[in-house]
Amino acid sequence: MPEFPYLPQTEVEIEEMLRAIGVKSIAELFTDIPEKFDVDLSIPASADEFTVLRDLKELSQRNSNLNDLSVFRGGGIYKHFIPSAVQRIAGRGEFLTAYTPYQAEISQGTLQMLFEYQTMISELTGMEVSNSSMYDGASACAEAALMSVRINGKTKILISQAVHPEYIDTVKTYCFGGNIQVDEVNFDRKSGQIDLSDLKSKLSDDVSAVIVGYPNFFGVIEDLREVRKAIPENVMMIVSANPTALAILRAPGKLGADIVVGEGQPLGNPPYLGGPGFGFFASKEAYIRKMPGRIIGETKDGEGRTGYVMVLQTREQHIRRNKATSNICSNQAFNVLLASIYMSLVGPKGLQEIARRSYDKAHYLAKRIEKMDKVRPVFTGPFFSEFVVEFKKDLSSLNSKLLKDKILGPLDLGEFRDDMKNHGLICLTEANRNEEIEFFAGRLEELE
Amino acid sequence: MTIFDATVEGRTGFRLPEEKSYGFEPIDVLPEHLLRDSRPELPQVSELQVVRHFTGLSRKNHSVDSGFYPLGSCTMKYNPKLNEEAASFEGFSQLHPYQPEETIQGALELMYNLQNSLCEITGMDDFTLQPAAGAHGELVGMLLVKKYFELKGDTSRKKVIVPDSAHGTNPASAAMAGYDIVEVASNKDGRVDLESLDRLLDESVAAIMLTNPNTVGLFEKDICEIQKMAHDRGALLYYDGANLNAIMGHARPGDMGFDIVHLNLHKTFSTPHGMGGPGSGTVGVKTFLKELLPVPVIDFDGQKYRIVYDLPDSIGKIRSFFGNFGVLVRAYAYIKTMGSDGLKRASEMAVLNANYLRSKLVELIPTAYSGICKHEFVLKGTKLISEYGIRTLDLGKRLLDYGIHPPTVYFPLIVDEAIMIEPTETETKETLDHFAATIATILEEAKENPELLKLAPHTTPVGRLDEATASRKPKTRWSKGS
Amino acid sequence: MKKYTKTHEWVSVEGDIATVGISDHAQDHLGDVVYIDLPEAGKSLKKGDVLCTIESVKAASDVYAPVSGNIVEVNAGLDSSPETINSDAEGAGWIAKIKLSSIAELDSLMDLEAYKKHCEEEG
Repeated sequence: MPEFPYLPQTEVEIEEMLRAIGVKSIAELFTDIPEKFDVDLSIPASADEFTVLRDLKELSQRNSNLNDLSVFRGGGIYKHFIPSAVQRIAGRGEFLTAYTPYQAEISQGTLQMLFEYQTMISELTGMEVSNSSMYDGASACAEAALMSVRINGKTKILISQAVHPEYIDTVKTYCFGGNIQVDEVNFDRKSGQIDLSDLKSKLSDDVSAVIVGYPNFFGVIEDLREVRKAIPENVMMIVSANPTALAILRAPGKLGADIVVGEGQPLGNPPYLGGPGFGFFASKEAYIRKMPGRIIGETKDGEGRTGYVMVLQTREQHIRRNKATSNICSNQAFNVLLASIYMSLVGPKGLQEIARRSYDKAHYLAKRIEKMDKVRPVFTGPFFSEFVVEFKKDLSSLNSKLLKDKILGPLDLGEFRDDMKNHGLICLTEANRNEEIEFFAGRLEELE
Repeated sequence: MTIFDATVEGRTGFRLPEEKSYGFEPIDVLPEHLLRDSRPELPQVSELQVVRHFTGLSRKNHSVDSGFYPLGSCTMKYNPKLNEEAASFEGFSQLHPYQPEETIQGALELMYNLQNSLCEITGMDDFTLQPAAGAHGELVGMLLVKKYFELKGDTSRKKVIVPDSAHGTNPASAAMAGYDIVEVASNKDGRVDLESLDRLLDESVAAIMLTNPNTVGLFEKDICEIQKMAHDRGALLYYDGANLNAIMGHARPGDMGFDIVHLNLHKTFSTPHGMGGPGSGTVGVKTFLKELLPVPVIDFDGQKYRIVYDLPDSIGKIRSFFGNFGVLVRAYAYIKTMGSDGLKRASEMAVLNANYLRSKLVELIPTAYSGICKHEFVLKGTKLISEYGIRTLDLGKRLLDYGIHPPTVYFPLIVDEAIMIEPTETETKETLDHFAATIATILEEAKENPELLKLAPHTTPVGRLDEATASRKPKTRWSKGS
Repeated sequence: MKKYTKTHEWVSVEGDIATVGISDHAQDHLGDVVYIDLPEAGKSLKKGDVLCTIESVKAASDVYAPVSGNIVEVNAGLDSSPETINSDAEGAGWIAKIKLSSIAELDSLMDLEAYKKHCEEEG
């Protein structure tokens, strides 16, 4: 019998325990399972730690990782600088190996952290209430659609085609479950913003909410004030936002948003092939009882000491079952911890500077590209740190060449839309050093 | 004190590289109403302040790393450190989801192999790794059911049957897929009552959701009959894999006749719970449902691993990108470490530990159901009320003073004053003995000084908190001067 | 005249207006009430329909209409002070006033004595 470092029972103890139970063998503990189900699993046998780590290291090295590349690709997941302290503190077992804070007295660390996180999200989004996370930006967006239907009882969702395509698809899948109709609204081919006249033409009494990006998938900043003006008061405005951009953009809550969601990965989370990050979810106080997910609140104990608890649990599945506001149970609390540490370190000025630099660098590169012959910036709307460029030549072969220079080039939008062949989405953040940008611009000039 | 209270204007824990600005400012382009009008009130503190603040918070948490965590139905087993090490490799953590396939062959291979391992462990034909949590997997499962009947043109099936002992997520997930919920009663032995099921199971039922072993820790011995009843009447059978930790290498849901399975990698496959997440709720199906899985799926053509989006009958996307990849790496490392022999052994030791602890506790508090249990068992705390005037809740709160996380209480709903205990395989016999001895001590205390329990805990950072006021007028964020 | 239902609502009638709430026994069982999803005035209900949902910290319980009729008034004060149900369930903690459509329905309800017995039997 091989030794298993995670299994402490010795043969002597096993005998003793079996005697105490009153059975003769371990097999006797499984006699309630029909014998015909017995199976020998055809997977490799166990291995020691060192062999497993060696094999996994080797597997990981078969990937090209972003630390070895100049990254000009975003599209929902962004490479930012992450201070060392984020991972170092978060890695403590008391965070990593704790369960959901159902026992408040011995979960004050988790609960206070989530309470502080909710405050930070409220600040960024300009909304009164934040929950303590959803799975990711896409599912948060879908849950926002369902929530709007819970609030106003209408049955149709309008979503801008300029929202992240994976979010659109996720909203559709959730709405398939809820028997809710989803209609797409065109974007303006010139500005890259939602087409307001198409939006108005699609409004009807059964429209529950309109979903827009801020900035949208093309990096273009939607004019939320104009969107709000275009829709009646009883139609909700759901905004899917980039949290970094919110450091310099007017908070959606101040422009009439009812629900603000987004992908939290840019806040101190490694890209991890797109997960785990987390979805943030914030809303108006008036709708708090219709919100999905866990919400933390401040209170006192019998001696008057401040403490934190999960509030409004009657919304949740473990109490309300099929009448719950959502089925969500596990969320992304650990990723929220990374974000909380990150936001505490960078502070308000740091986050604004990160956003400002991302903006500055992106606009510089866009200007450089404007001067090139064979590439053309596509949209005229104001953008944050991503912009769309149309290439005259085949973008995928350009990207292959760039990769040889260790550049992860523009995201090929032809993969998402047939009418955007050879359109590339270029992304910059504060992590793109100026010399990288010069090199990339130079290669674009040569290769085009 | 919150981190906001520590703020001093001008302090920071962060510095960016010195770089020349290109001189582009948002204010030059954006209309004023789209520019932020006030700075977000984030903390302004030094790096050491941040480190001390969060270290201080961590000390207020109970965790698997700090003590026994016998929380029924949650499988709070040890989370091996090697998994964390593997997940921290930059070749896994520093990958962009939109990198070209050829630059992430290692990641795709890992996912492909994990899919295959999970197929083998569960007896299913294909897996999707995308769902981010168990409940997310359940939703995917119910959407697969819905899509399956839609493609068949069968629109009459509007109901899903769940046992009255089911996790709350089961009815909640089925409801999100648009189904009406019908509860089937448990019999006096704690298993699904076949006669009731027979009555409920008609042409309007799309699926039955079952957990096996069920939430009282008992194997549904009649699974073959249930399977036959369901399939004879055209319904699908769904397996909630929350309790797979009891039966690995002893039975497979696929062989029991289940059509759809979800697993909680953060339970059975040892990935950490992280204060509530991230998890992973991978979903396995039989071949006839394969084409309906969410996109993308990972495939292998013999030479290259490929990301496939072209699945016309797919239910669509259920989140962005590929799922919680970082969690998948940890689960893969665990399966590699434990192997076929170790997984089977883990289940055996989980069942041994549960039965041993049960045999010790049964002398103190009656069990809800007799006979051998699987990985967990349920005690019935009504005796505490009648004999000592204390509730299950009080017993649980007193355990906190002894540095032990209480078992799950008041669930499943079919047992009054339920105390649900799952020790897991990674705990020593000494820990189990100590737990039983602690329960005995607390019952003595209950006899002599019940107030001690009613006012517990006494040694934690805070005592019992006023949850009623917190929910009446929720204060969900910090604000200045409050 | 005050009457009770098996599902623990009380009803008190003056003329054709029935004032409805939950019994003191029920509020004791629920624990601290934190929220009431109040019904809308003007809505018409049949006896046995869900009138509203009362939430405590860890439970949500439906309250059923003890009589049929039209809701003419709701106790809006419960919105900001749901704890009134705990302090005075059968007085200031009333939930709604219903204009009776059939006074005969009251005959099937229990008086206080019968209700007390019913509670004892339930345990």
